[in-house]
Amino acid sequence: MDYFAQQLINGLVLGSIYGLIAIGYTMVYGIVGMINFAHGDIFMIGGFIALISFLILVSFGLTAVPLILLVVLLVSMVITALYGWTIERIAYRPLRHSFRLAPMLSAIGMSFVLTNYSQVAQGARVKPIPPVITGGYTLHEGAEGFAVQLSNMQIIVVLATIVLLTLFTWLVSRTRLGRDMRACEQDQTMAALLGVDVDRTISMTFVIGAGLAAVAGMMYLLYYGQVDFNMGFVAGIKAFTAAVLGGIGSLPGAVLGGLAIGLIETFWSAYFSVEYKDVAAFSILIIVLIFMPTGLLGRPEVEKV
Amino acid sequence: MTALSHEITQTSRAAGIPFILKRAFFNALVALVLFSLMVGVRTEAGPDGQLTYWPRFVELASLVGIVFGGSVVIELLRQWIGPSGAERLVPPALHSGLSFLGRYLAPALLIFTLLVPVIFYDQRYILDLAILVLTYVMLGWGLNVVVGLAGLLDLGYVAFYAVGAYSYALLATNFGWSFWICLPLAGILAAFWGVLLGFPVLRLRGDYLAIVTLAFGEIIRLVLINWQSLTGGPNGVPGIPRPTLFGIPLTNTDDGLAALLGIEFSPTHRIVFLFYLILALALLTNWVTIRLRRLPIGRAWEALREDEVACRALGINTTTTKLTAFATGAMFGGFAGAFFATRQGFISPESFTFQESALVLAIVVLGGMGSQLGVALAALTMIGGFELFRGLETYRMLVFGWAMVLIMIWRPRGLIGHRAPTVYLKKSQAISSDLVKEGHG
Amino acid sequence: MSGERILSVDQLTMRFGGIVAVQDLSFAADRRKITALIGPNGAGKTTVFNCITGFYKPTGGAIRLTHDDGKEIALERLNDFRIAKQAKVARTFQNIRLFPGMTVLENLMVAQHNMLMRASGFTFLGLIGAPNYRSAEAQAIDLATDWLKRVSLLDRADDAAGNLAYGDQRRLEIARAMCTGPALLCLDEPAAGLNARESAALSELLLSIRNDLGTSILLIEHDMSVVMEISDHIVVMDHGVKIAQGTPREVRDDPKVIAAYLGADEEEAMAVMESGS
Repeated sequence: MDYFAQQLINGLVLGSIYGLIAIGYTMVYGIVGMINFAHGDIFMIGGFIALISFLILVSFGLTAVPLILLVVLLVSMVITALYGWTIERIAYRPLRHSFRLAPMLSAIGMSFVLTNYSQVAQGARVKPIPPVITGGYTLHEGAEGFAVQLSNMQIIVVLATIVLLTLFTWLVSRTRLGRDMRACEQDQTMAALLGVDVDRTISMTFVIGAGLAAVAGMMYLLYYGQVDFNMGFVAGIKAFTAAVLGGIGSLPGAVLGGLAIGLIETFWSAYFSVEYKDVAAFSILIIVLIFMPTGLLGRPEVEKV
Repeated sequence: MTALSHEITQTSRAAGIPFILKRAFFNALVALVLFSLMVGVRTEAGPDGQLTYWPRFVELASLVGIVFGGSVVIELLRQWIGPSGAERLVPPALHSGLSFLGRYLAPALLIFTLLVPVIFYDQRYILDLAILVLTYVMLGWGLNVVVGLAGLLDLGYVAFYAVGAYSYALLATNFGWSFWICLPLAGILAAFWGVLLGFPVLRLRGDYLAIVTLAFGEIIRLVLINWQSLTGGPNGVPGIPRPTLFGIPLTNTDDGLAALLGIEFSPTHRIVFLFYLILALALLTNWVTIRLRRLPIGRAWEALREDEVACRALGINTTTTKLTAFATGAMFGGFAGAFFATRQGFISPESFTFQESALVLAIVVLGGMGSQLGVALAALTMIGGFELFRGLETYRMLVFGWAMVLIMIWRPRGLIGHRAPTVYLKKSQAISSDLVKEGHG
Repeated sequence: MSGERILSVDQLTMRFGGIVAVQDLSFAADRRKITALIGPNGAGKTTVFNCITGFYKPTGGAIRLTHDDGKEIALERLNDFRIAKQAKVARTFQNIRLFPGMTVLENLMVAQHNMLMRASGFTFLGLIGAPNYRSAEAQAIDLATDWLKRVSLLDRADDAAGNLAYGDQRRLEIARAMCTGPALLCLDEPAAGLNARESAALSELLLSIRNDLGTSILLIEHDMSVVMEISDHIVVMDHGVKIAQGTPREVRDDPKVIAAYLGADEEEAMAVMESGS
């Protein structure tokens, strides 16, 4: 039972990270109808920028951990958001009215570019950092000496997810930008005729998605204590799975899907085999798409004839 | 909408040098922020495992400088060529010339290809490269059935390539079966896997199908890595038998081909043999595809790409039609895989990554979906171009990624942008790619 | 020859979530006759069509199709392509669905898919170039040519379908549906977007399909001049239920019909009334 509770905690934390990445997928898919293949790599870039800014701050002699984390968070969100913006401008916008395959291939190309860019720029080796946030609570001391731990880091990851999700749900449902986004989602031409700046709205979608991916990257760095250039691809696919599982286009769905994928992966690793954890995640993707293509919180679609 | 945005970009382009400089300056500024930490700072783990960093101002400055200079050049080019110049770098005259050339280019290319081993007999490197190009031509033609004709986006094509390769490798090393028995088996097994995957997923819409096939490709690769007892895991399968000329080995032995023909043995014989083997396989793929296009099944594939709902209203079983396309493509992938295994003599999961799928898909799309000649040209360009960067191993994928992005922006419809009808009453007229749909699922 | 009726719809109901699009609708279509389904926008006509042609699975009710040989088929139990293949019900679409990147001739060849598939030995015989298949293909081309003549598109045979003018596309879609050799032809607003001359040509085409080939036709149409001119029987729907039926004359004088149209759309109501005078 204790082991189960521990895995539950671990799964929820991992799921929160997936959920943060999944929001980027779901927003972009909702508004431009494309799978932003490069999004997983945006997450990776976010992790790297967090790492580098963290190193620099520490070497300047800063010791106040909350201050460091706040600065790192802001720097990585801003720079990574700019990556999202630039990629949309270079690789997707020229293809917006092109045929459907073109943006997808362009996105795959962009994903290769980002992966190898960070390999060339920062080397192929794994980048470790010492634990930054330590300590935690022992929730339950088991009879056999197994204790259920809840670390401060885990609390922060989950809290960050909840706060950001609330913030962005509010943003999409209540602000001008959110209204523009939903308008573009429905009908770009009509939105443009009604005075919505479609280009700007789409840019902002990418910026927000990348910003959230940066948060996920930073959480990943702090939680696992390392980043590497290759971590974007698999994390990206899993986050996409989460977005689909939750129902593409739905923000709470993305987080819910992320949690589900995180839990499945963690429990699979804990009770079955670690080697096949990715196989399990990918199989879930296939099964979900076959039996529940609209996801948990997605709207069902009636075929228009 | 398009017209609207065009107008805006045109008016904003009317300005002169100050505008260009302003733009370039802005781009350089963006580049500075983007590269500031990623390029301007280099991190590396020290001997004690502690991460250290050092600044790289020169690299950062030169990259930002390149972006500035590049922006100026691009803006100047844009002003000279005109508003939509970027998309129309290929003038229509050349365009129609290409389709005219097509009639003579294909036979000319074929004759040249047949002569390659004769011309380059002494140049092992070129022969190897030619074999590699032909392998991708074959893969491209195989995937073309799925993506180009049936309009089904398959991002996991490499899975069938892997199934073919491992089928041959395992059958040959475990049971000692010959290449010529295993080749059809590899194709059948790959097709079987195609049906197995296709059956549940083929009712998904385009992007979902793409992601499911991608996941399937990854599952196959992960299973190959982890099922160590069968596949040897990451170490792969070594010692795969070389192909024989219907039982006659191409070795320096008494029963070898050279001894039987009474000529002096040369290792090049085997390369030449492999060359003609893959050429034959590729041409078989091409022939079958061209035949199928003119049969009801091929027309149904294309109709499916054009409008699935209409197909159903005409009584076409869309599920089996999709499945046959999937299985046919997979079968050719399986053949190519078996060839790959026998050529390499060693295979491991590393050869079957998502990058391979993306490469083959890029070849099909660059070729112009559905065009056989286009795919062959695209394979030549891509693999040839890839070779140019062999020395710069780490930059290779970077360049490849950029190439994919730029090609899509430059020619989203591919090199050969028209479709040839499969049947005609009076005159066969090429159909502009603007009318041809790209499929939905 | 057996039975007067080719199609009988009995208590058909279709719900989407909480919305009832069609409620307990019953009507019949006679063999070798043209039956029209009319009603104001949103009356549920296209939903009925989609139920008959298998694109929707009805929530309740029965749809029976009786072939010439007396064979009865329950359409609500067949799904999508089988309705066209086995029940021989062909249809066109409100927003034309051709294969735009294929030639006009190819469009008509695809329509003969099932016949050609059998002739090609499910591809295998065709692949090796069996003579059977070649003659079957020649026949298919003949049938297509024949239809191209009927819809006067013969000189456009090798052009891309997407390049045809709107009216030509409408006619091509009808020709394509006819190439499947249907027992019942369902047309979803075939006159939409046609000018007066094209509408007249369409009426003539539909009459010739009924008179010369004896194919039964079920059509949805807003163009009252076409409906009143060619229909043998008219079923009027409003808000998912049948409000009237009968010959064009009967329907035209029915106060319920006039009320339904007046309530919905003045222009259409005028059209119904004017076509009577």
